Amino acid sequence: MSAVAEAPVVATADARKAGSWLLVATVILLSVWVLLPIYLLIVNALSSPEEVTAFPKRFFPSFDFGSLSFFINFAGVGRALWNSVLVATLTMILSIGFGAPAGYALSRFDFPGKGTFRFLVLMTRAFPLPLLALPLAVMFIRTGLDDTAIGLALVHTTLALPFAVLITFSLFSGIPVELEEAAWTLGCTRLQAFRKVILPLALPGIAASAIFAFTISWNEVFAAAVLTIENRTLTAFLLQSLGESPLYLKFAGGAALVIPALIFIFAVRKYLFAMWGIANR
Amino acid sequence: MAEIAIKQVAKRFGGFTALHSIDLTIADQEFMVLLGASGCGKTTLLRIVAGLETPSQGEVWIGGRRVDHLPPRDRGIAMVFQNYAVFPHLTVFENIAFGLRMKKLPQQEVERRVNRTAELMHIEQLLKRYSGQLSGGQRQRVAVARALAMEPDVILMDEPLSNLDALLRLEMRAELKGVLAASKTTTIYVTHDQVEAMSLADRIAVMHQGHIVQAASPVEVYRNPAARFVGSFIGNPPMNFIPATKTANGSWTVAGLTLPGPKSDKHKIDFAIRPEDVDAGNEGLHATVRVIEPLGPHTLVTCDVEGGLFRAILESNATIAVGDRLRLAPKADRIRWFDPETTNAL
Repeated sequence: MSAVAEAPVVATADARKAGSWLLVATVILLSVWVLLPIYLLIVNALSSPEEVTAFPKRFFPSFDFGSLSFFINFAGVGRALWNSVLVATLTMILSIGFGAPAGYALSRFDFPGKGTFRFLVLMTRAFPLPLLALPLAVMFIRTGLDDTAIGLALVHTTLALPFAVLITFSLFSGIPVELEEAAWTLGCTRLQAFRKVILPLALPGIAASAIFAFTISWNEVFAAAVLTIENRTLTAFLLQSLGESPLYLKFAGGAALVIPALIFIFAVRKYLFAMWGIANR
Repeated sequence: MAEIAIKQVAKRFGGFTALHSIDLTIADQEFMVLLGASGCGKTTLLRIVAGLETPSQGEVWIGGRRVDHLPPRDRGIAMVFQNYAVFPHLTVFENIAFGLRMKKLPQQEVERRVNRTAELMHIEQLLKRYSGQLSGGQRQRVAVARALAMEPDVILMDEPLSNLDALLRLEMRAELKGVLAASKTTTIYVTHDQVEAMSLADRIAVMHQGHIVQAASPVEVYRNPAARFVGSFIGNPPMNFIPATKTANGSWTVAGLTLPGPKSDKHKIDFAIRPEDVDAGNEGLHATVRVIEPLGPHTLVTCDVEGGLFRAILESNATIAVGDRLRLAPKADRIRWFDPETTNAL
């Protein structure tokens, strides 16, 4: 009797064990896929120029800041960095300023064409930027927006806006409408109820989607390279000047680009997961 | 003084009519319960009074003032929501104080009112906690305290007990009744639970498919249903209905029994009786026993009468077996008659 009863138990235990091995293996593979390039980037950025081209590699970097300090003092890097921060900040303000009200409207009101609107918001992501680049450059030159931070920020906002709209939409949808209604019955106007009840609850998520917009702008290279000449952002600057630079400088530049974006995303990871959780519901 | 008058209020959502021209007057300090199955329009009506929904037509008056064009905050109401709507980012104290701070009351007055209502609802020890640290019953108390602290003319409650477990619901029901009677506010209370409605209400408005079918005291609604729907919706088990055939003017035959009834030019009407208003005896309706359910103090007997189901609540010492043929004598003063076409009482 007992042998008959035990056999399936052993089988499920085996299956479970195999399943957990598969899970562990997948996690390791994905982690290596993501972490290995970052590791190589950091090791090489923190090595002296000789070590970068040497073989075999050292496992731990020598913490030689030669390449990095050379890169930081490279003419134009400081200005490009400032431009990047300026454009990304403007993008962040614009995309939340336009995106959050749109997200709120989508979550709280029924209006004709709502479904179409949501679809169109998403469709803007399907439109290839290179196709737009030339007419956009011409228009920017005509209106005097070319080579300005605000001009580039406008383009980056169109890239970041769909995310801002859809993320804040699911964010506001996750806040029960009764909380707002309760505030109205307790003496609030629509605006007061939003400020005193909805905003405090949505703020962490809004901050996260703002940082997401910042990162999109920070990483964007195509529009930045086409639309700016003097006021290049860091990505566009590096694309232009690092092409002919020695390898160790490329690593230093790459690290300078990737690390801030990584830190930003890491800082808001909790909210991005939470927002996607809501969006999937 | 806050009498509520609802005049010819209708609400349409696209092609769907949720409310058909509702007229209802609720006296000052009256406890009015809107009772009906889900989708009957009771919550919509409450939300129209609150100002959370705009009526498609009609007027709402509170305390002699027309309010249907005013936002909720200018109507002198407070509302308790089904899911409580306790603000999660504020402490219990700040939740109860929320409306008072909006009124810009001095801090001293705010503290006095919060402490008084917290004491009333037995949540003094929870004032520093957040909503996430409270149980469902405690959240319910906070929501009621928040409404009471406003000292409103009118309190609106949307199924406030439906999310609580049975025992807690019983406890809160009695407590709510006491607290609201003492607060001297006019109350509109929405529920689908007939026991809740019967035990709380001064008057019950029974709603069905966007109409108020009957608005009367609980006993009146139970004893004299204005329509067949009221009789079958209220009471557990519900009222029994059997077709009656005319024998002479004012005389009707029901399941082998001839009874005096209303004068009508119709050939067939419906006879109705509540399960507890029949006695097993030597004369009465011909019935065949199908199911016997002993309930302790009584026995619920389900029978076949005229090919339809008939439930009777009989003495538990009755020796009845399945298949028995019974004669069930209706109490003469408890018999009601309904028009089968309009379904209204005759």
